[in-house]
Amino acid sequence: MKELTIISGKGGTGKTTVTAAFATLAENKVLADCDVDAADLHLILTPKELARNDFIGGRAPRINYDKCSKCGECFRLCRYDAISFSEETGPEINEFACDCCALCAWACPEKAISMLDTVNGRWFISATRAGKMVHARLGIGEDNSGKLVALVRRQSKQIAETDKLDLIINDGPPGIGCPVTAAITGVDLVLIVTEPTLSGIHDMERVHGLCRHFDIPALICINRYDLNLINTRKIRNYCRENNLELVGEIPLDPVVNKAQVARQSVAEYDCGLVSQVVREMWKKIKRELF
Amino acid sequence: MIIAIASGKGGTGKTTIATNLALVAAQAQYLDCDVEEPNGHLFLKPEIEQKIAVEVPVPRIDAELCSHCGTCANACEFNALAVIGEKVMVFNDLCHGCGTCMLVCPEKAISETAKIIGKLENGRAQSVSGESFTFTHGVSNVGNPLTPPIIKKAKNLIDNGRFVILDAPPGTSCPMVQTLIGSDFCVFVTEPTPFGLNDLKLAVGVARQLEINCGIVINRADSGDDEIIKYCRQEKIPLLLEIPFNRDLAFAYSKGEAAVQHSADLRARFQDLYAKIVAEVKK
Repeated sequence: MKELTIISGKGGTGKTTVTAAFATLAENKVLADCDVDAADLHLILTPKELARNDFIGGRAPRINYDKCSKCGECFRLCRYDAISFSEETGPEINEFACDCCALCAWACPEKAISMLDTVNGRWFISATRAGKMVHARLGIGEDNSGKLVALVRRQSKQIAETDKLDLIINDGPPGIGCPVTAAITGVDLVLIVTEPTLSGIHDMERVHGLCRHFDIPALICINRYDLNLINTRKIRNYCRENNLELVGEIPLDPVVNKAQVARQSVAEYDCGLVSQVVREMWKKIKRELF
Repeated sequence: MIIAIASGKGGTGKTTIATNLALVAAQAQYLDCDVEEPNGHLFLKPEIEQKIAVEVPVPRIDAELCSHCGTCANACEFNALAVIGEKVMVFNDLCHGCGTCMLVCPEKAISETAKIIGKLENGRAQSVSGESFTFTHGVSNVGNPLTPPIIKKAKNLIDNGRFVILDAPPGTSCPMVQTLIGSDFCVFVTEPTPFGLNDLKLAVGVARQLEINCGIVINRADSGDDEIIKYCRQEKIPLLLEIPFNRDLAFAYSKGEAAVQHSADLRARFQDLYAKIVAEVKK
């Protein structure tokens, strides 16, 4: 069984567009949307929910005011400025600032603070026209996105094992932080979708650095390559210098948005050259994987 | 006044809006809080005058004092410590620097040492009228998973007397929330596609929970459907600006040129956006 993750560093370069196309081209696979705080793959694959579960991401402190002596120790020790305090009303926890580290619970001399399991989101197993898909919805403003990504990947792996599938395709999150790390560690191959803008290149280099940090093989694809041919040449050079295979150059074409509005992948909707390039790209990636 | 520029979906044009706004505003302060992938410097071309390392405390175990009781590993909510036989292992990448291990250790065997996770760079950039304004960006080290401390440290530099622009990271999780907390107003930049609308709704949800008023900018406004406009009307969120797709403009962006330097029409539109935001905050 092989696992592929599509990432980009910079947001909006076309990760989900490419993932949805691969989803409708590949066979014997399960899909995992690892962009848990702004998941979009479901908008193209219009999944039918088979199972829904709560995501218990961690624990959060709760104050028992009957036991609280209003000593202020929790307020003084909290390193996240997450506790406000007045001598009349005692401490109050600001859940948005709280890191759920439990320091306050351990420090409280009255044992008035306890850590309770919190539901930080939901995750789903769904059926789509492109096969099963595992996806999630992190609660608004919630923590622990890396943990939820790991959970989504564990579930998709399980499905791949029971259904005897050859491939897991992960739609990754933007950035280079905790959820991205969770989406790429241990996968067989990463595809970095970039664009020929200074931001696109800057972020591609950083996210490629992350792949190297974890020693994960990566491929590059340039989206909207004809927007700036000088920058496209820079990306080609970067690939050459770093021994990275450039698997495709997708032209800039507003028809891609039409496909999205029609809820179809660019492999399903007739996007002319875009569809053609994406098909060729998938053939190359398949060869790389198997 | 503190204005956060955010989006939910990545790549809708947050940095375009934030940097151009900084270039037309009076007395601006630009803070790039997208510390995983900071890009504002590519457009504002600041002169960096100062670099500050961002550190988080991580535990150091005194092997002489440690009794291997495992209290620290048990107390750590982030599994950053493990006791195996006579050895305590510290996983720095998992540590949030909360200090709980040090507090609970019965032998007082834990002290703290600093670990560098990124840096802040401060400097000055120049507005279109030639006025200089302050620039700061946070840069997370590659491989560092914990970005909120860098955002927090960048926000400590906020000068409330200025028109403060916070360029937020995409998404709706902790780094984005950390950026929005304490803002007077939030501008959401979106695009008129199903992806844009879906992620916009999530981002508006964050602003509402934090009780921050918001407005919307639609980028590439003519490239999809009109669901965003319907959504704004339905939710009574002011639509502050619509920018149609323009290949010249996209090309200028790709080279790191700011829109307001590229076209007089766009400069006027951004000045109008600036005035609208100020009016919204004063409402």
